[in-house]
Amino acid sequence: MSVLWLKDPDAALAAAKDAKKAVLLDFTAAPT
Amino acid sequence: MHEHFIPFQANVNEPAERPAFRRFGAIWTPSIVILNQEGVERYRIEGFLPPREFHAQLAMALARIIAMRKRWADAEPHYARIVQEFADTAAAPEALYWRGVSAYQGRRDHTALVTMAIEMKQKYPASEWAIKAAVWG
Repeated sequence: MSVLWLKDPDAALAAAKDAKKAVLLDFTAAPT
Repeated sequence: MHEHFIPFQANVNEPAERPAFRRFGAIWTPSIVILNQEGVERYRIEGFLPPREFHAQLAMALARIIAMRKRWADAEPHYARIVQEFADTAAAPEALYWRGVSAYQGRRDHTALVTMAIEMKQKYPASEWAIKAAVWG
């Protein structure tokens, strides 16, 4: 599954609106 | 999944992404928050789920988005599919309940609630949804 990292939530919401799709936000704890 | 959702990930160990945790009220990992096209939260999954349970919950999220728009005729087949394809998952009793509600709301078919309650009692008697459905049967 390819995902985008959520540094800009407003851009994410705008992208979903443009695509007419729902947004799936995955809050995780991953090693950096 | 990409057919219906645009996925984004926020890592609590990445300082630039921590504000998203606060903004969307994520207090635990993993948490999955589903927003509709307008950015309104419609579903939340907190804690790890194995893949099949997770897929069932995503299907529930999609059905919920449709139901919240009161598109009952569209929501009913989504819930029916979950009842059928994910019958062995924790989502199934809730899907069965909402399938009945969608049928009632969409077609004003009072028997749909009774039918659902009977099916619930037979299939998932120990679920909290059986308690909620018991009022109809």
